[in-house]
Parts: sequence; C-alpha cells; structure tokens
Amino acid sequence: MSKPFTYALLLTILMVTAPHAGHLPLWVSALCGTLLLWRSYLTYSGNPLPKRWLLMLITITSSSGIFISFNTLFGREASVTLLILLTTLKLMELRTARDAIVLIYLACFTIITNFLYSQSIPTALYLFATLMVILTTWVRLQTPSITFKPCARITSILLLQAIPLALILFILFPRVQGPLWGLPQDAFASSGLDDKMSPGSLSRLSLSDEVAFRVSYTGDPPRREQMYWRGPVLWDFDGRTWTSGKAAQTAAPQFTELEQAIDYSVTLEPHNKTWLFALDLPDRISVSANLTHDFQVLSKEPVNTRLRYDVRSHLGYHANLHEAEWQIQRALQLPPFNPRARQLAEKWRANSENDAAVVQAVLTYFHQQDFLYTLEPPPLYANSVDDFLFETKQGFCEHYASTFVFLMRAAHIPARVVTGYQGGEFNDTGNYYIVRQSDAHAWAEVWLSGQGWVRIDPTAAIAPARVQSGLSAALPLMARNPPQWMRNLRLNWDTIANQWNQWVLGYNTERQFAFLTRLGIESVTWQKMVMSMAVGAGLVIALFALFMLRHMFAHRPDKIQTAWLKLCRKLAKIGLPRAAHEGAQDYAQRIATVRPDIADAIRDLATRYSALRYGMGQDEQTQREFIRLIKKFPSFRRITESS
Amino acid sequence: MLTALKQKFRTWLFRPKIESGTVILTQRCIFILPTRQGLALAFVLLLMLLGNINYNLSLGYVLTFLLGMVAVMSMLHAFRNMVYLEIRAGRADAVFNGETAQFLLHFQNHSKLPRYRLCLRGANDRMVSFDIPARQESEVAFPLPTTRRGWLEMGALTLYTEFPLGLFHAWSYLHFDTRCLVYPKPLLAAPLPFGTSPDGIDERAIAGDDDFTGLRNYVVGDTLPRIAWKVFAREQGLQVKQFSTPAGKELWLDFSDAPDRNIEEKLARMTRWVLDAEAQGLRYGLRMPDSELPASNGVAHRDECLRRIALFNLPQQNDDHSHLWEEHSKGSKVGREREKP
Repeated sequence: MSKPFTYALLLTILMVTAPHAGHLPLWVSALCGTLLLWRSYLTYSGNPLPKRWLLMLITITSSSGIFISFNTLFGREASVTLLILLTTLKLMELRTARDAIVLIYLACFTIITNFLYSQSIPTALYLFATLMVILTTWVRLQTPSITFKPCARITSILLLQAIPLALILFILFPRVQGPLWGLPQDAFASSGLDDKMSPGSLSRLSLSDEVAFRVSYTGDPPRREQMYWRGPVLWDFDGRTWTSGKAAQTAAPQFTELEQAIDYSVTLEPHNKTWLFALDLPDRISVSANLTHDFQVLSKEPVNTRLRYDVRSHLGYHANLHEAEWQIQRALQLPPFNPRARQLAEKWRANSENDAAVVQAVLTYFHQQDFLYTLEPPPLYANSVDDFLFETKQGFCEHYASTFVFLMRAAHIPARVVTGYQGGEFNDTGNYYIVRQSDAHAWAEVWLSGQGWVRIDPTAAIAPARVQSGLSAALPLMARNPPQWMRNLRLNWDTIANQWNQWVLGYNTERQFAFLTRLGIESVTWQKMVMSMAVGAGLVIALFALFMLRHMFAHRPDKIQTAWLKLCRKLAKIGLPRAAHEGAQDYAQRIATVRPDIADAIRDLATRYSALRYGMGQDEQTQREFIRLIKKFPSFRRITESS
Repeated sequence: MLTALKQKFRTWLFRPKIESGTVILTQRCIFILPTRQGLALAFVLLLMLLGNINYNLSLGYVLTFLLGMVAVMSMLHAFRNMVYLEIRAGRADAVFNGETAQFLLHFQNHSKLPRYRLCLRGANDRMVSFDIPARQESEVAFPLPTTRRGWLEMGALTLYTEFPLGLFHAWSYLHFDTRCLVYPKPLLAAPLPFGTSPDGIDERAIAGDDDFTGLRNYVVGDTLPRIAWKVFAREQGLQVKQFSTPAGKELWLDFSDAPDRNIEEKLARMTRWVLDAEAQGLRYGLRMPDSELPASNGVAHRDECLRRIALFNLPQQNDDHSHLWEEHSKGSKVGREREKP
C-alpha cells in the first residue's frame, strides 16, 4: 500500500461516513473520527498498524457499546452504526490489496445507507462526488503504475459511459413495491403534527420551514381562506392537553348537499403517521385509505415514504346532519377546571336565542377584547382557559381553538378541535402550493342542528391575516421576511426539488407504468420491461464498443504490413516460414539460397518492402505496385509445379 | 472419456497453436471471465438491490445501476486493453545452467491509447507486469529459471489484464517456438588441459596471430581488431584478416581428457575450459565423442563449442522439436551444422 493510496482510501471512508455523523451516537462518531486520525498518523509516520488483539478488543467493546445503546444489533439504526464502525475499524488492518477491495465495497454499501436518511439533490451530488473518489481509488489500486490524471480520466470515462446505461435500467427495471421484510418502526424520522395538542405544541412547529406536503390543483385553486387541510381531530380535553381519544364505535360519515368539487393531488412527505391530508371535505382518494367518522383520511400503513395521491374534495357541504347521540355527548364533555370560563359561557348561553348566536358572541368577544396573536405567549397554569381568557390574553392558534371549544362545550354546543394545516405558499414557477410545518394550524368545529359540523376558526377573529395571507403577514414582528430575490430563489429551488421528488425519488411501480405508457409501450408488463431493458442496454453497450474499438481497427497493421504478412504466409505453406528474429532481407537471402527459382522475385519484394516500411515517404503508386506484386506472387501449388 | 472431451473442447475453444512469427491479438483469441472479485461485487450489488427494494430508495437504485454498469463497461475496457496488440517473439540469449533465461517479447501498441497493467504468466506462475505507452513498442523480458543444460522452451504463456477495476480477467494464450540454449554450469576453476600441447604455457601469448594469410568475408562473431578496416575504407565490404598458426600451438579440448567420471561433470569442466581458453585468447578445438570442431577462436567459435557441449548426448527430438527452420532446411547446405547421432 503506497502512502497516497492509503490517504485516498482514508478520504473515501471519511466521505461516505461523514454524513452519518449527525445521527450516530456521539461516542461512535468520536471513536470513528479518532480511528481515522490515528490511521492517518500511522500512515504519515510509517509506524506499524496496531496489533490484532487490540483491534479485537476495540471491536468487541464498541459492538457491545452499540448493543447497549440500541438494545439490539439488527434494527436499522443499530446496523448502520455497526457498519460504519466496522468499516472504520477495517482501515486499521488495511495491509493487502484484498483489504483495500473489501474497504471499497464497504464504502459503496455505506453510500446506500446514507440514502435512508436523505435523498435530496445536494445529498445526491455529494455522494456522486464520493463515488468518483471511490472509483478513482479503485482504478489506482488495480493499476499502481499510473498517476492521478489518467486514473481520473479512466474513472470519468467509465462513469460517463455508465450513466446512460444506468438511466435505461432505472427507467425499465421493474419496480417491486417494498418492503420485502418488515421495516422497523424507527425506519423513518418524523416531524409534524401529533395526535395531541397542548399550549405551545403548534407554535413550536411553526418555527420549522420543513415541507409537509405539496399540492397541485387540477383546476383553479380555492381561495386561501378555504384551504383547511384536515389532520387529527381532537375530542378529549384534560384541562391542558387535547387528545384524539378512542372512539367507542365508528359510523360512516354522511355528507349531503356537496358542492364546489375540487380536484388536486398531494405529494406528502413521510411523517410516519397514518394521516393523509385533504381539504374539507374529501370525497374520493386514489390510494387505499379510510375515511373516519370525524372526516379524517387515514392510510392503512404509516406513511414512511413520500406518497402521492389524488383527491376530490367539496368545499361546500353538510356533514353528519344526524350525528349519533354518543358522539354529541362526547363532544360536550369537560374537565372540572376553569370556573370563570364556564360562568362566561353560561351567561352567553342565557343571552342568546340559538347556538349560532353563542358562536358569534364568542367570536365577537375575541375580536373586541385585547387578544394578541403571538408565537411566544406567557405560560398558563392549572386553569389554562381561565388564565388565557382573563389574564394573559396572548396566544397562538392552539390557545384560541382550545378556549373556543371549551367555551362552546360549556355553553352546551357540541364542539371539537381540528388540527391540520392552513394555507400554503404558492410557487408560480412550478404552479403548485407548498405547505410547510409553519402552516400548522388548529381550529374548531361545532355541531349545529340543521347544519351538521361547521368549521369555526377563532384565530380568524383575532388575526384575519393569518388565514388570508399566512403566518408572516399575521406576525410581522416575528416574520423572517427575506428579500424578494431570495424568496424567488427558494421557490425555484423548491420547484426543482419537487420535480426531483416526483420523478426520481417517487418513481415507483405506478409512476413507471404511467411513464412507460406515455412513452408508447402498450399494456406494460414486467416481461416487456425486462426485454426492452436488455435490448436497450445491449444496444448502447454495442454502440460504446464500436466507438471504443474504432481506434483499434484504424490502427491495425497497415496495408504494406498486411501484404508482406500475406507473402510470408504463402512462403510458410511451402515450408519456408519467417523466423521471429529475421528481418525481411535476411529472410529473402535465406529463401534465395534454398529456392533459386523464386530468388529474384523474393529479393525484389523484400527490397520494396524495406523501402516502403523503413524508407522515406513512398507515394501511393509504389505502395499499390507492391501490393499488386504480392497478390500476383504464385501461391503454394504453382511453386511446387515450377520447382 | 470426459477428460478427453474436455480436452477437445479446450482445443477447439482456445486453439492452442505454436507461433513462430508475429501474433496479433484479435477478438477471436481473447477470452474474458469475471474474477472472484467481480463475483463478489455482483453479490454486493444484489444485496444493495434488495435493500433498495425494501426501503424504496430511488437513489439507491441509481447507485446500484451505476456501479453495475461501470462493472459491465470495465469488461469492454479490459478487452480494449488487449485487443490488436502485436506481439513478436524475440531472441533468448544463451545462459549457463542455474542462471535465469530471459525470453524477449516485443509488444507493439499501434493504437493511440496506452495499454495498462498487462501481465505475462508462464507455467511456473512467474509473473511480469508492464504498461505499453501509446503507439510504442515495448520489449519485455520473461524470465524462466534453468535447471538443466540443453534447449529450454519458452512454452505457453498467458497474457492477461484485469485493468481497470480487477473485475474481469481478459486473457490470451501465447505460444511461441522460442527456445533458449542452456549451457552447462561451468566448474568454478579447472586448469586447461595443456598436457596435449607439447610447447607449454609460453605458446599462449602468441597463439593464432602469427602469419597473415589472407582475407575472408566477415561473419558475425569476429572480433573488431581482426577486421581489415583499410579494406573497408576502400568500400570493399567488411573483410577479416586471417592468420595461420602452426599446428603445434593449437589447444585441443578433448572430452576424454576430462578426468571426471560423470558425463555432466565432464561437460561442466569442458565448459570452463572453453571459457578460459577464449578468455586467454588461445586457439582451441573441441573434440567430443560424436563430433569435432577444428581449432579456432573468437566469440562465434566459443559459442559453437559451448553449444555442442550443451547439447551433447541429448535426445534428438529435443533439439529438433518445433524448430521449424532446421526441419525445413533438411538436406540443404545452408542449414546449421547438425550433430550426427
């Protein structure tokens, strides 16, 4: 192992493991970093590699450490950690070319594990660069005699040739819908809405710029204040936290008088929960999912890969006009806290002629009192609703939704909290909406007889801008208002990322069929795909072969040499082959002595040959004459006759 | 039966043939198979593919396919690294037994691409690896150890390359009829048999240079001081001055004079005699039981003596085997002198 080669290999391992540093246990990252430094030092100083027993000790100790950290060695996190640790440890016994090959293969495998955590464009570019480094190191390993430049050239040629072939395979390789074996629950990190809500949970989420999902509408998009993306519906309140609770029984929802149909498709980022977000109220969905009695769309499996689905929703509806009695009761339950709020609600109840008037009274109250819409409200204590209503009067959407529903229930109006997202950012380059975690929102639904469940957003009464133009408009002080060019840049980047998600990362069985059909392949079957993959790749390889060997054909022995070899063959047939060490003249001389009958002809040809081959530039005429003479030269049989 | 079929198949596939001139590696004589390392990569790629399917990793697919296709293309590169190489067998200078014979091979790269990491391997697993720059000819010496006197055949060689990634083994068989003459290993020291020369040691200094008798044509091996440079300057070709030496001053190296009992030891002693006699500038002749060389001196004479000693009492076919020139020149006068059995 030469020093530069060892450094190259160290760089390779560093490059493939570095992106993992963020999610490995800290001690593993530290250990791997130390090992890399140690190995570099050993290479630099030329000291011998550590003894075998020491390596065994480190391996066993750190593997046990991993077992203790994860309680297993087989989960995804644990096995990735183990892989990285063993790869780094393998560096410590890098002695032979075989070890180097093992390391190179391990590096390739480690690249794949990076994709479990991120498949974004920057990750892809970074790991492509890593692949270049790996391949260059690899070529260098096989051909130690060459320097960096030809090494990099050979690598680039190999990769450039592989790209179109890989593209053909990527498009046509039949996709099997995974998983083949059970995915561990920790397979995908999640961020986003939860199935419970307490003061502060949504405001924390609002700080995140992460994309929750992207929406593109088939027709005109609805108005912004209609864009309520329903997520978890929360029924049960313990005085502080709202939870979805357990429904005793489920009944199918009844929708009547549906109007304003709207079609759109949603590309949902994985969140490891079952909610599929849709506008109120969803009617049809292209993936297998359940519609619950409180109108949530739930997927059968947790969403742990990016999921794209088409939905039809109706913006105008009457939902569950005849709600079951037990549901009504459930929507009226209250914990024994907040006496002042109860009193207030009782007062409104008494003063109003119907439920709708109570709702209006509460909204008016919110609007007229000095309520403040803020991301950083003061803390609330045991009687959280009372504290909020009469003391702090500062809150984020979860405070308003929670208080509103509490007041409704206190006034004997069935109500529940709905969480989800509201609004979204329009990307005019890509003509779609981006809904981020910062668009997380909470609102209320009340059940009014004759109207069913009606959406009431108390936040709209305090900060109408939140609903009409989004969070940054509602909170100008909090808002991070980037300059326009930066915003455009961000949107353009998101357009690219969206295409990437749709076409590269989201290229699954369904997309594949749709794409191939669009390419003109009728009734796509996997047999057809495999056939066309083989044929396509074969053709491209054949083209490359032609291109690559073109030089070779061009530089085979020239015409003069070919003709001369032909003459030699003719003479070999009569038992006078040219010996390897013999020059043309020597050969002719030898033949002349054995076969005086052809001596002159041979001598002449040999002289011509030497002149053509080693003499100064000979013209076409002479060359052609030479070739003609050799063609004319009698072949085997005639020579024997004449002799 | 099966072995015979297998042999037949191998013969058909690989067409083993002994070449005597130039060989150009065409697609017909280059074979390619994956190496163990290549199979290991296939296994790793399969594992990766399973992982991709399970975790639905689109980029994982891209990486797996890229690596797989790089591997496939590396096969073409391995093939291109060998194809249309022109190979000529060169000479192999005679050596003494125990030394390493160097068989020269000339590799001509006509293309504008360098050929990297070509390896030559012989039957004894000895390996030589080399590169050939673009449009150049390289001379490669393939070493073979010598264990006995006589002709040493170069035998079949394998020319192979695993460039660029070591995933595919592209190879071709080279079998040239080149052979190397192995002289017996000379004894370390053995006094010359002056017993047959009555005039004694003083004769040595003047041996063979006495009287100028005329000119003859130059032959390879004549020493430079013997060349008649004045004649050459008159553009009358290379001529060599000939001298005659009185018969009594000739030294005869006689097989029967060697005191050893064993033939090989006798030959070893005689080899030493020839070397010493030539080094001391004596005129010497060689008398073997089956042939005789008249007294002379010079490199050519020495080599002929050594050759006879080396080939003494060896089976005939060993000498003739596959050496085309000697077979085909039977009965002609120009053929090299051959030993009578």
